[in-house]
Amino acid sequence: MSENNSKAEEIVEEKAEEEEQEKKKEEKVIPYLEDVPFFGLQKLIVLKNKGIDPELIDEYIAKDGYQAAAKALLEMTPEEIIAEMKTSGLRGRGGAGFPTGLKWEFANKSEGDIKYVLCNADEGDPGAFMDRSVLEADPHAILEGMIIAAKAVGAHQGYIYCRAEYPLAIKRLNIAISQATEYGLLGNDIFGSGFDFHLEIYQGAGAFVCGEETALMHSIEGKRGMPRPRPPFPAHQGLWKKPTVLNNVETYANVPQIIFNGGKWYAGIGTETSKGTKVFALTGTVKNIGLVEVPMGTSLRTIIFDIGGGVPKKKKFKAVQLGGPSGGCVSEEFIDTPVDYESIAKVGAIMGSGGMIVMDNQTCMVDMARFFMDFVQDESCGKCTPCREGTRHMLQILEKITRGEGEPGDIDTLEELSEVIKDAALCGLGQTGPNPVLSTLQYFRDEYEAHIFEKRCPAKRCPALLEFEVDEEKCIKCGICFKRCPTEAITWEKKQPAKIDKDKCIKCMTCITNCPSDAIF
Amino acid sequence: MARLTADGLLKLKEKVKNENALSKDGYTVKITVHLGTCGIAAGGDVVYEALKEEIEESKRDDIKVVISGCAGMCSSEPNVTIGRIGEDAVIYRDLDAEKMRKIFQGHVLGGEILNEYAMARIKEPV
Repeated sequence: MSENNSKAEEIVEEKAEEEEQEKKKEEKVIPYLEDVPFFGLQKLIVLKNKGIDPELIDEYIAKDGYQAAAKALLEMTPEEIIAEMKTSGLRGRGGAGFPTGLKWEFANKSEGDIKYVLCNADEGDPGAFMDRSVLEADPHAILEGMIIAAKAVGAHQGYIYCRAEYPLAIKRLNIAISQATEYGLLGNDIFGSGFDFHLEIYQGAGAFVCGEETALMHSIEGKRGMPRPRPPFPAHQGLWKKPTVLNNVETYANVPQIIFNGGKWYAGIGTETSKGTKVFALTGTVKNIGLVEVPMGTSLRTIIFDIGGGVPKKKKFKAVQLGGPSGGCVSEEFIDTPVDYESIAKVGAIMGSGGMIVMDNQTCMVDMARFFMDFVQDESCGKCTPCREGTRHMLQILEKITRGEGEPGDIDTLEELSEVIKDAALCGLGQTGPNPVLSTLQYFRDEYEAHIFEKRCPAKRCPALLEFEVDEEKCIKCGICFKRCPTEAITWEKKQPAKIDKDKCIKCMTCITNCPSDAIF
Repeated sequence: MARLTADGLLKLKEKVKNENALSKDGYTVKITVHLGTCGIAAGGDVVYEALKEEIEESKRDDIKVVISGCAGMCSSEPNVTIGRIGEDAVIYRDLDAEKMRKIFQGHVLGGEILNEYAMARIKEPV
């Protein structure tokens, strides 16, 4: 009883506190942008133009736009551009981290009159929106990056492969391309340099696998978007079997500034092996959701707690998921890990394209792994057996576990399947698909075991493993569950604990999610 | 539009920079509505419509409106940045049509910053 009273008091106190904060808000002195941690702790390179009008090329030009393209086309040889890119240390921001300068060098040295430059804007990881924001806020930076890449490799035609689910990005890209063409920044004889470069948008029809480079090229060719074995690598045989460079949106957005300020300038930011900045799409259970650009080497703690403001009140940080369905999670124990390609890989996740999903103690890690496996299984193109069949089996096992039908041996089977799929799948989708399962097994094996052996979901997220009963000791009689229940399955009166009618209950989780005292089990 | 040369590019840059400075182009207020997909999803287009109506009613022709992409903190959308000539710009958060109208009357027309909706101020002249 005394505990209940103290809980009730706590709630009253919180209300008072909130009101006080409201008051403070009214009286507050408005801080300068750089004194707000969310903005002040960021370093903007890719996002530096985020306040300009993206539909006016002049605004981009006023911010030194297209000067790097002029320098590259008029003053630099392809070899000099590649050397500058190598000096910068820029690595592919799509997630794999291949050195951009080296990639361009391979394509430059490939023989052939016709070469292509492609931009991968098929951003598809759940919870990732970095590329979309860059395309919408600063489309000319991508165009300029691609012009420079074209000169470096000797290409005269480029395509931006953008998913059709990004209509605003496509609209702004189209405007950018037509304005750049009118100024003669795309087309023939750019800046009177004699160099020609034409650019078109190709809209992706929504298949996740088309973010894989060979599948993307098949898709542009009008074929079904399926990957093929490599080698030959796209730098030798890419689009229409011609030497091709494919880079991610964020990679291209870095290029103009590297050429404008010099590779050395860029290499001065970041760590020994990972140079420059990285944009993350910070989302999940975190106060400040948004785009975060930080120098490589910044710790996950700084990003989540200082910039992101930490998890909201009453919830506790549990883990952060990086790299979407190809990545893994990092538990609290390793929250001080700096973000660079190598350090993140060491703790079992990947840098990925920049999705960063913060999870609290109400997230069931088995259910999270099941979600990503469902995604991979759904998006598997079906060409290779390990991915097509293997991910389906893994999903079935995970579903079984979350339904409370897990059996001893399931974890071993999951691990065995993971290893086989990783080794034998044709492309990155399958090769990395088991990662969410493996990394949750690494850090949260006890949760899998609780599901299988104790038929219990520690995070209370798997409905099949919950009783939907009220712990009268813990219940603070607030009536929130009663008010929120969509099927009127809960009875409650003032000063009485709530009761759940199991016949009416549809296990929708509303009561459990909203209970302030964690009294429903 | 004429094709640009490298020289032309530099000249255009200077020209646009000069024109964009509020004092040079006859504008005394610049309002940036941050309309990325996230801003629109949060109701930014409704805020923009309200702003356009307010400007029309005010019959002021010295107010410049710019549509830009995401301001960065998606959870604080819709965002609008208001810069009056010679003053710090203020970025407002969590707006709706009604708040936008209040801010327009209070800050844009009246010069009083509405602290309760403000997120931060920006030093650089807009």
